[in-house]
Amino acid sequence: MIESDHLVKDFGLIRAVDDVTFSVKKGDVLGFLGPNGAGKSTTMKMITGFLPPTSGTARVGGFDIHEDPISAKRLFGYLPENGPVYQEMTVLEFLGFIAELRGYRASTKKARQIDRVIEICHLEEVRNQAIETLSKGFRQRVGLAQAVIHDPPYLIMDEPTDGLDPNQKQEVRRLIASMAEEKAIILSTHILEEVQAMCNRVVIITRGAIIVDEKPEEFRQRHPRYNAIQLNIAEGQSSIEIRKELGELPEIEEVHEKNGALLLVPADGRSIDSLVLRMAQEKNWELKNIEKPPIRLEEVFWNLTHST
Amino acid sequence: MRIVFTVLKREFLGYFRSPVAYVFLIVFLIASIGLSWFVGNFFETNSASLLSYFYIQPWIFLFLIPAVGMRLWAEEKRSGTWELLFTLPLSVTQAVFGKFLAGWAFISLAVVLSFTMPLTVGYLGDPDWGPIFTGYFGTILMAGSYLSICSLTSALTKNQVISFVLSVITCLILVFLGWSVFNDLMLAARFPVWLVDSFSSFSFLTHFEPMVKGLVTVRDTIFFLSVMGFSLFVNVLVLER
Repeated sequence: MIESDHLVKDFGLIRAVDDVTFSVKKGDVLGFLGPNGAGKSTTMKMITGFLPPTSGTARVGGFDIHEDPISAKRLFGYLPENGPVYQEMTVLEFLGFIAELRGYRASTKKARQIDRVIEICHLEEVRNQAIETLSKGFRQRVGLAQAVIHDPPYLIMDEPTDGLDPNQKQEVRRLIASMAEEKAIILSTHILEEVQAMCNRVVIITRGAIIVDEKPEEFRQRHPRYNAIQLNIAEGQSSIEIRKELGELPEIEEVHEKNGALLLVPADGRSIDSLVLRMAQEKNWELKNIEKPPIRLEEVFWNLTHST
Repeated sequence: MRIVFTVLKREFLGYFRSPVAYVFLIVFLIASIGLSWFVGNFFETNSASLLSYFYIQPWIFLFLIPAVGMRLWAEEKRSGTWELLFTLPLSVTQAVFGKFLAGWAFISLAVVLSFTMPLTVGYLGDPDWGPIFTGYFGTILMAGSYLSICSLTSALTKNQVISFVLSVITCLILVFLGWSVFNDLMLAARFPVWLVDSFSSFSFLTHFEPMVKGLVTVRDTIFFLSVMGFSLFVNVLVLER
């Protein structure tokens, strides 16, 4: 379990992280979201023991990061923001260095760990190249390989897909998803689809404080049009009657009309699909079709991070 | 210990991953041997000793060791790799020692590569080998002291230029305090002798010169070791924040 226990960090007079508490257990993939400068990276740097907190502490696998940093650091892999690596080394040399610091000294064991991460991070073709000559995508994967070389039970990644092209993003997401089951993972991102795709928990932090900690589905429900449906009315069918009938239902909170389409917003985000379908059949409304407008998580994020 | 060695190995080999190491070795050898021939009058003094070589070392070190030391931590900070290093299971002390020892080994290599000088002296004359060995011993000890200061100043900034300037200034002070010209000036300015003496006892020169003459004392050795110990201790504190 990774525990962040009332972490606080002040930089001079500015409070960058304000009483952040959460815990992540095996099988959890926690998506750490927030605007730039909200304190995501600072929190991760404190959990990994790179930055000393002003107050509070963090524990990894039960080891306090300040009282027993070495034991705690053995248990996690960390990919810092922008994936810093020793540029002048080749991929093999770099991974060898990390493996040795991680305690794999016998050459057979070391080679086994390196081969494993080279395979899962698809680095075969560049193993003997200096890292500075690699593309951003490869470099990021080297950073990831470094983080998982000891197959750690805990994985902490700061913007693992930042700066990658869509294919590479997909690749990294798949990689993380493949490890999700047997590890506890924290990753920060500002791409909301990523949270949808990989995480089973969303934590949003603004101005240093946690404002949301829930499942992605619960997060979606915060959207004002969650479960809304849109009726596209056939020509010749008057919308007035439909509006009147639907407007009387307690399950429907609002009905908007736009270009011959009715948008029905349910009360408390309940599903109204079957109800509306049944009514349309009973009343013989002439409809072109019924659709569910996509929920844009950006809007939820915007509302949350701007209202406060 | 193995961790220290792993860090040392990476850092030491790192010097040779760029042309900088070769440029440094060449410049160092040309400067140290060239200056002892042309400024120290190695040939004209007509003595079978390496005095002119050793006397020039503190002045060469003044610029060349900060050139090696400036990148030790400043580079890690600039590129962000120290975040990686300090989230791996090793202590700051292990990292500081590993990197310092790598730099020290590299400079010692440069010093040892001047072996053509003693060979020349041995070929041309009949030197007293004792002072040559103690001179090399002193040179390497002193190099370690310079480098420990550079390592510390390097940890204070992520800018290599600032790091270089800071370490040159600090080392310059530690050389000047014992430089006879400076001491004579102080005496001329009617500073009491005990004050001048205690200033000069903090200087590299004061503790280096006896070794060049063949005299290795516990006191001088401890001086250099304690400069290293103190600088590296503060270095660890700076990095631990």
